[in-house]
Amino acid sequence: MDLILSTIAVIIFFVLFPGLVFIGSFGLFAEWFDRRIYARAQNRVGPRLAQPFYDFIKLMAKEELVPEKADKWMFNYLPVFMFAAVLTAYFMLPFGFFFYPIFGETIDFLSFEGDLVVFLYLMTIPTIGLFLIGWTSSSLYAVYGSTRTMSQLIAYEVPLLLAGLGPAVLAGTWRMAGIVQFFNENPAFLFVNVLGFLVALVALQAKLERIPFDIPEAETELAAGSLVEYSGRRYAMTRLVVDLEMVTGAAFISAIFLGGYDGTLYSIQIPAVAQFVIGALLFFLKTILVVFILSIIRATFARVRIDQMVAFSWKWLAPLAVVNLLISVFVKVVPGVL
Amino acid sequence: MEITVPLGPQHPALKEPANYIFKVDGEIVTECVINQGYNHRGIEKAFEARDYNSGLYLAERICGICSITHNTCMAQGVEELLGIVAPRKALLMRCLMGEAERVHSHLLLLGVAAHLMGFDTMFMYIWRDRELIMDILEEISGNRVNYCMNTVGGVRRDLSENAKKLIFDSLPILEERTKYYLHVAENEPTFLARTQGVGMLPKKVAKALCAVGPTARGSGVEADIRKTDPYAAYPEIPFDAIVDNGCDALARLKVRILELFESYKIMRYCVENWPKEGDIRVKAQKRVPAGEVVSKYEAPRGEDIFYIKSNGSDKPERIKVRAPTMANLPATEYMTIGGYLADLPITLGAIDPCFSCTDRVMIVKEKSEDVTVMEYDDLIRYAKKYYENPANRRRR
Repeated sequence: MDLILSTIAVIIFFVLFPGLVFIGSFGLFAEWFDRRIYARAQNRVGPRLAQPFYDFIKLMAKEELVPEKADKWMFNYLPVFMFAAVLTAYFMLPFGFFFYPIFGETIDFLSFEGDLVVFLYLMTIPTIGLFLIGWTSSSLYAVYGSTRTMSQLIAYEVPLLLAGLGPAVLAGTWRMAGIVQFFNENPAFLFVNVLGFLVALVALQAKLERIPFDIPEAETELAAGSLVEYSGRRYAMTRLVVDLEMVTGAAFISAIFLGGYDGTLYSIQIPAVAQFVIGALLFFLKTILVVFILSIIRATFARVRIDQMVAFSWKWLAPLAVVNLLISVFVKVVPGVL
Repeated sequence: MEITVPLGPQHPALKEPANYIFKVDGEIVTECVINQGYNHRGIEKAFEARDYNSGLYLAERICGICSITHNTCMAQGVEELLGIVAPRKALLMRCLMGEAERVHSHLLLLGVAAHLMGFDTMFMYIWRDRELIMDILEEISGNRVNYCMNTVGGVRRDLSENAKKLIFDSLPILEERTKYYLHVAENEPTFLARTQGVGMLPKKVAKALCAVGPTARGSGVEADIRKTDPYAAYPEIPFDAIVDNGCDALARLKVRILELFESYKIMRYCVENWPKEGDIRVKAQKRVPAGEVVSKYEAPRGEDIFYIKSNGSDKPERIKVRAPTMANLPATEYMTIGGYLADLPITLGAIDPCFSCTDRVMIVKEKSEDVTVMEYDDLIRYAKKYYENPANRRRR
């Protein structure tokens, strides 16, 4: 009985919710939300709800062109590879709200000691994919976009990892589910990581290549950067990957820095269904909140230059992340601070 | 390793086709070659087939943005040839329309510059506010672009009470918004990071390369035809010529923002001192006496020059237009070299290039300084000879 229940749960988990179907539509929804907020901030109306979906369908039906000199294999399969990497990373997130009502405890079979690092590693793959796409597509602008992608990757990856260390040190575990559980039990500790939260937000903005860090795809300089030769299905796929990257990154921040939701908070008083609904709502509302902040950042700044971006990362982001880590260590080793 | 990066003729940073070829070392530009001529429309030749009054309508189609510029510049030249002076109302109207156009052109460029540096929010805000001045232009002339305001000897329309009211209502809003943009340009860190020290053009070089308009004024050169060689009603209007010594892209943009305030001042003066009585035009004869004249006008982008030669008939023998972008292009080459590849769009954009005004047929013969006039048949012969060479034929 237990085996059947868990098999059904696993299938639902991967396929329906919060799996492929849900994350696909949630990614498109997040894109709409982002575009809408961006438009409202600029005094425009913005797209309607179904617009990203229409865009996706339209791109799927469009003609595809492959440059003569491009590496065909890489050009064709890199989007799939990126998609797989982002999805894998997504399934590693702490979905306690899903498992707790069913099993009565937080079991994540993709959750293990050290999954924080594996998650960040998997999230790097789409960026590497973007680099390879540009490098193999034989266009000068794409190559420029690629080199910029790599310079930027090296600049923001270190602060992002350092910022992620803060909560891990506080919770005393490298398991994301463990970190979420720790913050759910001790909400006061969330305020220790405010600096880390800000650093992670900015680093995520750079990872997603959005203003002010949209240097690799700078429209007015490089047309579309790495993706300049992409069209049709491959382009639709890559755009979906970027959407998923945004949602996954935002969910990661909401889990690590905003406490996520692990299912234990209301376990005693309310029935399982209500607990599931509240948990899922809380988790994804926090995710959307992060997306909202990212959109506001996008609407507020001009694009910086690559050298300025790298200097900013090493001068401000990395030291701030280190300071955040030191504060976390201090709070951890000195008992009774909080 | 040096890479050759072509920019244009089709590129998101260029609103009109032009081709730049850059040699780039990493992200630093080491060499710049400008190729023009994608937008040649044969307008100068077309002038010779029209009488002077029809020519005015053609003149304003030289540029979609500064249409009143070319229009007024030609009208002034023809009036000088005829020896007539337009009435005061017409002169004031030319100033009013010219300044309104300067406002709309500067706002347009500021929006485009914001877009070029990836600041799309500011771009949207500025272009929203630009609608106010477009409404004013429409109320005065009946059109949003290509106003057809001038005629030889004056203007075609009087200033209506509605237009006066609209101008007085809109100017305070525009002034307030412009103050906000000045605040953004002076304080926003990413805006400053992208424009400060970008595309440097020292005063000496600006003078040597004959830069004009806001490009020159941003480098500390007082080049404003409205002050140095006043036309229309400018001698009686109090205003300041804005000069900034920053010599970079920021200075060029700031000069434009500050000029907006002067333009508002001039517009207000024109409406407040609008004569109650008087004609809007004097009668002009169709045939223009033989002679030649050079007419100058301060376009939003700089000094615009019309050379008109008449042979005594009702059609001009030759009209030569020197649009301000032409004068600023050599300076562009200087600005880009040594800068970052990422700064190219804003460097090129800050001179407010308008290539369709600029493009002419030009035949440059290597190792020879002869100037030859080529007739139509000569050109056909030249083209045939050119395409006989297989290397010049287009690849099929």
